Amino acid sequence: MKVTLKIWRQSGNDKKGQFVEYKLDNVKKEMSFLEMLDVLNEQLIQKKEQPVAFEHDCREGICGTCNMVINGFPHGPQQGTTTCQLHMRHFKDGDTIWIEPFRAKAFPIIRDLVVDRAAFDRIIQAGGYVSVNTGQAQDANAIPIQKEIVSEAFDAAACIGCGACVAACPNASAMLFVSAKVSHLSMLPQGKVEAKKRAQAMVKQMDEEGFGRCSNVTACEAECPKGISVANIARLNREYLGSVFTSEVNA
Amino acid sequence: MNWFTNFLSSSIGQKIIMSLTGLFLITFLIVHLTGNLQLLIHDEGKQFNLYAKFMTTNPLIKLTSYLLYASILLHAVQGVVLWQKNKNARGNQGYAKKTNRVVGTNSFAASNMAWLGIVIFVFIGLHLYQFWLQMKLGNLPMANYDGVEVKNLYAIVTQTYSNPVYVIVYVFSMAVIGFHLLHGFQSAFQTLGLTHKKYTPLIKGVGTIYAIAVPLLFAIIPVLIYLKIFPLSSFLH
Repeated sequence: MKVTLKIWRQSGNDKKGQFVEYKLDNVKKEMSFLEMLDVLNEQLIQKKEQPVAFEHDCREGICGTCNMVINGFPHGPQQGTTTCQLHMRHFKDGDTIWIEPFRAKAFPIIRDLVVDRAAFDRIIQAGGYVSVNTGQAQDANAIPIQKEIVSEAFDAAACIGCGACVAACPNASAMLFVSAKVSHLSMLPQGKVEAKKRAQAMVKQMDEEGFGRCSNVTACEAECPKGISVANIARLNREYLGSVFTSEVNA
Repeated sequence: MNWFTNFLSSSIGQKIIMSLTGLFLITFLIVHLTGNLQLLIHDEGKQFNLYAKFMTTNPLIKLTSYLLYASILLHAVQGVVLWQKNKNARGNQGYAKKTNRVVGTNSFAASNMAWLGIVIFVFIGLHLYQFWLQMKLGNLPMANYDGVEVKNLYAIVTQTYSNPVYVIVYVFSMAVIGFHLLHGFQSAFQTLGLTHKKYTPLIKGVGTIYAIAVPLLFAIIPVLIYLKIFPLSSFLH
């Protein structure tokens, strides 16, 4: 199949970027989206042109690295998958595909489709530690916990920190990411010890990084490759309010 | 800054301000609507004018009205601050392809809350000038009910809505308020953390009904006044 690609090219955060058109006519529908970009890059290298910079790592949907906005959708129009899990069979012969980087002030562009998501790392760092006993590993069933709560915590823990929520949000808010991390730990006994401190510290860091304010648009949930629910955002609001008004902690 | 001002200036704190003032304004709409429905009583405005006098003289209502003015201003100012912060966080370079997939809310309303809010704010300005300011400072005709002199606000209202332009402006503004509520009602609860598998469907259901029914009832009133139809009868005799 043949596709026309309109790809955002930008040589650095302080440089001006623009869309550049590329035509590919040897695309197979079995190819993954990233393989299609690999083919493009091989052609560019052969022509001694600068290949398109894009991030990728595991290529099996669990690392959250392959970030780009495809036809306006973070990770592409298919819901519940990352870019690497998107295949060319979801496009038609002759399609024009727009490929852009995640756009948010807190995610400065490094090159082309690659953005710097260190802001997420700093939020995770602000979250601090979880108190666990050292020594021999505890028996798996030593801490009783309700099955439904474990499942809920696990759903939140499925967040791969890719940043699609920020890219999809008209406010570039990181609330879905932060709420998934806070929820995942605050629901489990191991994470409860520092839960109040964690909620305030992570929200404070999120604000300092320059992310926008959540206005409950829910585009984040719609575009999240892991289907993280906005119910987590309500939980974060509860955790944060509870922490501010009931604990001695002051982040 | 102490812990409380820190909280109010945090992203979540700012949203809590929007949520609480918004919920207060939502409850106010019900009170306002019960007042307005009295315009449809077939009694040449007697009950409405007596109600208007009560609403402008009762000290408890007066106190609540100051809270209301403050809430409208706070909701508007905080809203504009958030809007600017969010535009800044997103950056100037938008996406070439616009998409708006959302989950369980109205995507048009959700992504246009600021614009809808600005239209509502302008409408409130016009509305206050047309009626509230006239009631406070204007030279209103007087009506006499059983020896009691009251300002005839009813006369001003019916005169205003004999002009089809004002009727259209009013009905349009109510549609805008409807969309603002369609997202705002449920969003207020989500911001307060009041989202739960058991209650959220109820909140969303009530919110949707509220967002349609309340503006619709408001909008019917000037239309009926324009058509000179007064279907209700008074319980005051």
